[in-house]
This record gives sequence, structure tokens and C-alpha cells, in this order.
Amino acid sequence: MEQILTLIYLVASVTFMVGLKMLSKPDSARKGNLIAAAGMTLAIFATIFLYTDANGNHLGNLSFIFIALIVGTVVGWIMAKRVQMTAMPQMVSFFNGMGGACAALISIIEYNHMVHTSGGDMSGFMSSKGLIILAGLVIGSISFSGSIIAYGKLEGKINDFSLKGQQVANIGLLLAILVVSVLFQMGQISGSAWFFTILGLSLFYGILFVLPIGGADMPVVISLLNSFTGVAAACGGFLYNNYVMLIGGILVGSAGTILTVTMCNAMNRSLLNVLVGNFGGGATGGGGGTTTQGSVKEINKSDTAILMKYAKKVVIVPGYGLAVAQAQHTCHELETLLEEEGVEVKYAIHPVAGRMPGHMNVLLAESNVAYDKLVEMEDINPEFATTDVVLVVGANDVVNPAAKTDPTSPIYGMPILEVENAKNVIIMKRSMKAGYAGIDNELFYRPKSFMLFGDAKDTLVKLVTEVKAL
Amino acid sequence: MGFLSFIQENIQMIYLVILMIFVGIELISHVPSVLHTPLMSGANAIHGVVIIGAIIVMGQAEGTLSLIFGFIAVVLGTLNVVGGFVVTDRMLEMFKKKK
Repeated sequence: MEQILTLIYLVASVTFMVGLKMLSKPDSARKGNLIAAAGMTLAIFATIFLYTDANGNHLGNLSFIFIALIVGTVVGWIMAKRVQMTAMPQMVSFFNGMGGACAALISIIEYNHMVHTSGGDMSGFMSSKGLIILAGLVIGSISFSGSIIAYGKLEGKINDFSLKGQQVANIGLLLAILVVSVLFQMGQISGSAWFFTILGLSLFYGILFVLPIGGADMPVVISLLNSFTGVAAACGGFLYNNYVMLIGGILVGSAGTILTVTMCNAMNRSLLNVLVGNFGGGATGGGGGTTTQGSVKEINKSDTAILMKYAKKVVIVPGYGLAVAQAQHTCHELETLLEEEGVEVKYAIHPVAGRMPGHMNVLLAESNVAYDKLVEMEDINPEFATTDVVLVVGANDVVNPAAKTDPTSPIYGMPILEVENAKNVIIMKRSMKAGYAGIDNELFYRPKSFMLFGDAKDTLVKLVTEVKAL
Repeated sequence: MGFLSFIQENIQMIYLVILMIFVGIELISHVPSVLHTPLMSGANAIHGVVIIGAIIVMGQAEGTLSLIFGFIAVVLGTLNVVGGFVVTDRMLEMFKKKK
């Protein structure tokens, strides 16, 4: 029996690797996800029926385990099926938090178990097992509370918040966790109160760690917390000498870290800069040095419609505003309509457009926009010179020329979509309010730029009507 | 020292950890940005493997408190696994090729 379990764990570990590999290519991604899911299902049921402890005993409490599995499956399935595509990032964050909480709970139970079986003598804790239990507790609970805060922020339930000297407080808190954990593990301090102090401090750290980070940087944070949970899962691998947990956990831990760094690179910022130097801090003051003069020109909907209908080539730049207004379907409608009129329509996708990298692609694909119409930044930039109309829908910082021209700007160095090279740039925005980075956008004042104010969805609906009426 | 004995006792697994770090980096180092979100979500589901630990702990649990905590752990772990895979599938479903 034990040999079969080992074999199944081996198979499951391979499915995780193959699955992740396939997930990194568009053609095979969906299959890769299903393969990993099949491996996971196999590993779960094999554990339930085949796992034996050192004395050869099978697992008990099977009815409870099955009830818990059913409850989790039903709730998870419904949540995942019902969630709006625009709310995907926070959903991922939520599920990630659940994994973290699971890892932390395992540590708590194992600790209680040690306390009970040893009759209060905690010398057994000064072993590698104790170390692993503590690591799982700390990492799991940071991941849990951090993910829940990230979830709340993206849902708009929690606002950005930072204390004066928050970075110092965070580092101090992290040091406190480390010191208390080391002392506790070495037996210098003992008693369950300390164990739960470590739990409390870790949960608190997770909250403080995520709170000051701005909404647009949440994807990076979620990706980072994702890799934390991976490491917490790997702790379980050490605890139970379980290779599938170890492999699954470490794979996600390392892949997640690389993904985090890749996301930061797409914004041309370092991870440290995202975590510590959030926008809105000292940077805004400096960036204000180049207050743009002049006034913006407004354009009305019927003129926009005319401009687009008689254009040869239109490029739509979707951004965060489109995601928030859930205007992706209307946007697709406008695109189809223009195509019927013989206009060439493309979408310019900035690597960090929307709420997460790749989020715009998911949203537009949802509304049946053809895959080859979504053009990545490097490929579309040379095309702007031959574009008649660029329609910027709810994007701001990703088209701000200051990123190229103004070294004092907080976004200086971030690659942008060079829409200013097009013949006409129409910017759909709710108001003149600055974008996420909190800086003015010089693009709005350019001679070829026109502002079209209003809610992204309303405006697009009206544009569709106008184009039809022409 | 806990740390040194930890390395001594788990040397095989530590080698595995180091190898897996490199495998993880290699596996996803050339991902197009289009797939960042689904990949993150898929990886999120895979670390739900922590549920195996929860099942083991639950299967050996004695006493009400351990049972309750174990139960919660299995439910949360399942949420992570099922929710993670289903959400990822929903995202990827949209990438189907247009005729």
C-alpha cells in the first residue's frame, strides 16, 4: 500500500511540473491546468485511503474529512464560477489566503499535539520538527492576513493606509517575529503563550505589510504572497516527509518569485521599490516639478464617432478604467462595428494594463475579441505613426510621455505605449483626475489630443449608437 | 543547534528543494505577459497541495479542538485547490482560438 502511495505522489509531482510548463504557453495552458488538477485529485484520494503512520495505522475521522472536502469543493466551485472576470485578481488572492491559513492551522494542530503528548516537556520542540512547525506558522499566517488585506483592497473595502515611519515599524515587527521565534525554538522562552504571540505578530505583520501598498501594485503583492504560501506548503513536506507537498510547494515558491520579479520588470521597478517606495510617498512632490501648462481640448461623442468611422486604422488602448466600468463587451461591439465599416481596429496591450498583467487579455477575450487583435506593446509602438485614431479607454500612466522625457517623474523609465505618435489621440476619462501614480499627464495637453469625459461604459455605448447613426 | 541538525536530518529533501527552485525558475522563465495572470492562478492552485498535510493531521486528530481545527484546515485547503483550478480554467477557457 505504502509503495502505491509513493508511486502516486511521484505521478502527482510530475503532473505539477508538466502542468506548470504547459501553463506557460497559450496553446497548452488550459490542458496544463487540468493535468495539474488531475494529479492533485489523485494525490488527495491516495492520501485519504493509502496513508499509514509509522505504526501502520490508516487515517481515521474519514467521515469528517469527506464532509470537509465536500464543503470546500462546493463553496470553492460556486465562488470560482460566480466571480466576475473583473474581480479575478482578488479571487486569486482570497484562495491564496485560504492556503496560507491551512498551512498555519496545520502548524497549530501539530504544536498542540506535541504539547499534549509530551506532557508539557517541550524539549522535543528544539528539533528540526519544531523549526518547521514555526516556519509554517509564521509564513502561513503572514500569507493569510496579507492576502485577505489584498483582497479587501481590490474589492475596494479597505483603503490605502500608512503610518508615519511604517517601514521602520514593519522591519521592527519582522525582527521581533524572528527573535521571538528563535528564542522559542531554542527553548530560551517557553509556554504556549509565546507560540500564540508569534502567531499574532505574524498575522499583524501580514496586515501592516500589505496595507500601505497601492492598489495598482496589488498584483505584485499577490504574486509574492502566492510564493509565500508555496513555501508554507513545502514546510508541510518537511513535517510529514512528504515529497509531493515539498515539490508542489517549492515549485510555486520559486516560480511565484520569478513571476513577481517579471511583473516588476514590466513596470520597470524593482521589487523593493514596489514594497517600500510606494507611489504617493516622497515621489509625488518631486514629480510635481513639471507642472504642465496649457489647457485641454474636449471633443464630443459625435465628432469622435465621425473621426473613427472615416479612419483607416484605429487603435484602442484599454486600461484600468475599462476594467472598472466593465466596458469590455461594449468595446468589442464598437470594434466590430468599425470593422464592418472597413476600419482596421487593434488593441494595444501594455504589460501592466488593467488590474494584473495579462488581465486585459482575459477581459477582452471574455467578450470575444479575437486573440490576434490584441497586440503587445513592443509590436504596436512602431504602428502608432500610421494610426489615424487612438482611443484611450481608462488608461493613464501607461500612455504618459513623462515616463520617457522627465527624469524627475516617479514613473520615469517605465516603458509606455507611444500613442502621441498617432494622428489623433482621444482620451476617454471620467475627469481630469490624475492616474494611479498621482501625476499629471502631459499627453492630455498635446495639440493632437482630445478629451472625451464620462464613464467608460456609458460613453462607449453612446459612441456605438453614434457610429450606427452615421 | 536546531538549524544544523535540521540540515543533517533532511539533507535529501534539501537537495530536492534546491533542484526544485531551479526547475521552477526554468519552467516559467519565458512566459508571455498575456499568461501572467492565469499562471499565477494556476500556481496558486498547486500550492493547495498543503491540503494533504491537513488531511493527514485531520486523520490523526484526537480531541475536539484538534478535530475542529483540522476540519477548518481541510475546508480551507479544499477551497484553495478547487477554487484555484476552477478560476484558472475559467480564465483559460477564454483564450480559445477564434476561427
